[in-house]
Amino acid sequence: MNAAARATTAEAPHAGASLAVALDDIAISFAVKGRPVFNAVAPTSLHVREGEFVAIVGPTGCGKSTLLNATAGLLAPAGGTVSIFGEKLVGLNARAGYLFQQDALMPWKTALDNVAIALEIGGMRRADAVAQAQDWLKRVGLARFTERYPHELSGGQRKRVALAQMLIRQPKILLMDEPFGPLDAQTRQIMGTLLLRLWAQDRKAVLFVTHDLEEAIALSDRVVIMSAGPEARIIGDFPIDLARPRDAAEIRLDPRFHELHRMIWSQLKAEVAKTYGDDMNGLEASS
Amino acid sequence: MKLHPAKLLFLQILVAVAALALWQIGATVPIGGDFLLPEFFFSKPGDVLSRVVELFVTGTIWKHLWITLTETVLAFIIGSVGGVVIGFWFARKPVVAAVFDPYVKMVNALPRVVLAPIFMLWLGLGIWSKVALGVTLVFFIVFFNVYQGVKEVSPVVLANARMMGMNERQLFRNVYWPSAMSWMFSSLHTAVGFALVGAVVGEYLGSAAGLGYLIHQAEGVFDVTGVFAGMFILAAFVLVIDWFVTRVEKRLLVWRPQAASEQN
Ligand SMILES: Nc1ncnc2c1ncn2[C@@H]1O[C@H](COP(=O)(O)OP(=O)(O)OP(=O)(O)O)[C@@H](O)[C@H]1O
Ligand SMILES: [Mg+2]
Repeated sequence: MNAAARATTAEAPHAGASLAVALDDIAISFAVKGRPVFNAVAPTSLHVREGEFVAIVGPTGCGKSTLLNATAGLLAPAGGTVSIFGEKLVGLNARAGYLFQQDALMPWKTALDNVAIALEIGGMRRADAVAQAQDWLKRVGLARFTERYPHELSGGQRKRVALAQMLIRQPKILLMDEPFGPLDAQTRQIMGTLLLRLWAQDRKAVLFVTHDLEEAIALSDRVVIMSAGPEARIIGDFPIDLARPRDAAEIRLDPRFHELHRMIWSQLKAEVAKTYGDDMNGLEASS
Repeated sequence: MKLHPAKLLFLQILVAVAALALWQIGATVPIGGDFLLPEFFFSKPGDVLSRVVELFVTGTIWKHLWITLTETVLAFIIGSVGGVVIGFWFARKPVVAAVFDPYVKMVNALPRVVLAPIFMLWLGLGIWSKVALGVTLVFFIVFFNVYQGVKEVSPVVLANARMMGMNERQLFRNVYWPSAMSWMFSSLHTAVGFALVGAVVGEYLGSAAGLGYLIHQAEGVFDVTGVFAGMFILAAFVLVIDWFVTRVEKRLLVWRPQAASEQN
C-alpha cells in the first residue's frame, strides 16, 4: 500500500452514493481582529462511507475539532464543500450527533433530564422520553446516577451522559471529539469496548477524534492522520483490517495490531519529518 | 481554623452581652460625674427592649411591618419582571442594547434617593411612591444579571442544544432562561435588600405608615428609645427576609456546585 499516494486525497475506495460525509477541499480560517487571518485547515479532503468508523489522529491544536465543527455545520468553511449523504450541507447538520470535547451538558438539568430532553424536543411525550433515557443511561452504566446534576458527576460519567444524550436520538452520523479524553487508560478501554458494542448494533458513520494512535487503531476501520497546524492537512489514511467484533483492550495484544501500529507510525514519522523537519513533538507524545 | 458550632454561638452571644453591658453601664453609671452615653442621646437597653415589647403587645407594629413588607414585595416583583423582560430583550437584540446603552448607564449612575421626591409628587404619599423607588433599585440589578446570564451562556452548551435540534423557543426554555435565572437568583439577596431599602427610605422621606415612618416619627420628637426600637425591629425584619431568601435560593439552585453559589 502506498500511503504517500493515498495521503494526498484521503479518499475512501467507493466514493459516491454511499458516502455519509464528504469533505471536499475544505479550508477553514479564523479571522481574529487585529491579527492576520489564521488558516487553521488547508484545503483537504475526507470521505466517510455509511457505517464506517473513521478515527482522526493528530497533534494538539492541529484542527481536529475544527474539522468536526465544519462537518456539524457549526462552522462554515472558507472554501470547499461539505456534503452529507450526497447533499450539500446548509446550516446545521441535522443528521449528525455531536459529542463535544468540552462539557456540553446543561448544568441545570439532571443526567436523566439531559438525556430525555433530546427526545422531548422532537415532540415525544415526557413519560416515554424519560423511560428511554433511563434505558440509555443504564446502557452506559449510569443507572444509579440518573438524578445527579452534572457537577455531581465525574468527568468520565459526564462523558457517558453526553454519549447517551447523543445516541438516544439515533443520528445517522456520529461526531465524537476525544470522548474519552479525561479518562484513565483502563476506563478508556472499557469505554471503547462499550462504544464498539453500541455502534455494532446499527453501524452509523463515525468520525472519532483522538490523539491516541492506539485507541484509533483499536476502534476504527480507518485511521486518518492530520499534520500539525497551521494549514493542517490530512497526511495519512490507513485502513484497519482487524476483525470485528473487537474488544478495545484485548485487540491490543493481537499481532496484527502491532504490525499496523508499527507500519502507521513509521510511515507517519516519515510524512511528518518530510513536512515539518524535526518539529514533531506532538506526534511523538501520542505514539 | 473552624470553630465548634456551640462555641461559635457562645462567642456570638458573648459579643451581644458585652455590647449591651457597655451600653447599660455607659448610660447609668456616671464616670467622673459624667455619663459616657447620656440617656437622652443613647437611651438604655432595657427601655428599648420594653418599647419593642410594647409595640408588639399593643399591636401597633403589625400595621407598619405589613406596609413595609407589602412595599418590599411589590418593588421586588415589579422590578424583577421588568428587569427580566428588558434584560432578555437587550441580550437578544444587540442593536437595541447598543442604542439604549448610554441611557441605561446614565440612569443607573443616578443616586436613586433624589428620585424619591419626584415619585411622591407623581404617586402621592401612599405605598406606590415607595414601591417605585424600590423598583428603580431592583430593576437594574435584575436587568444586568439577566442580560449577563443570557450573554454568558456557554457556547458549547448552546451548540450542543442546537445540534440536538432545538428551535428558538426550545432554546429559550431550556438554555437561555435557566441560565438567566441562575444569574438572577445569585443576586436575589441584593435585589431583595434593595427593595427593602427603597421602601424604608421612601417611608422615611414622607409617608404615614411603615418602619421608616416609625423611625422618622421618633426622631422628630427626639424619642431616641423609639428610634432604637425601630432600628432593632428593622434589623430583625431584614434577617427574617434574608433567611427566607436563602431557603428559596437553596431550592432553586440545587444544580449549582456549592462553591460557586457561595461566592455570590
Ligand atoms: N475560534 C477560534 N478563533 C481563532 N482560532 C481558533 C479558533 N478555534 C480554533 N482556533 C485555532 O485553530 C487551530 C485548531 O484548533 P482545534 O480546536 O481544531 O484543534 P484540535 O486539533 O481539536 O486540538 P486538541 O487536540 O487540543 O483539541 C488551533 O491552532 C486553534 O488555536
Ligand atoms: Mg479539539
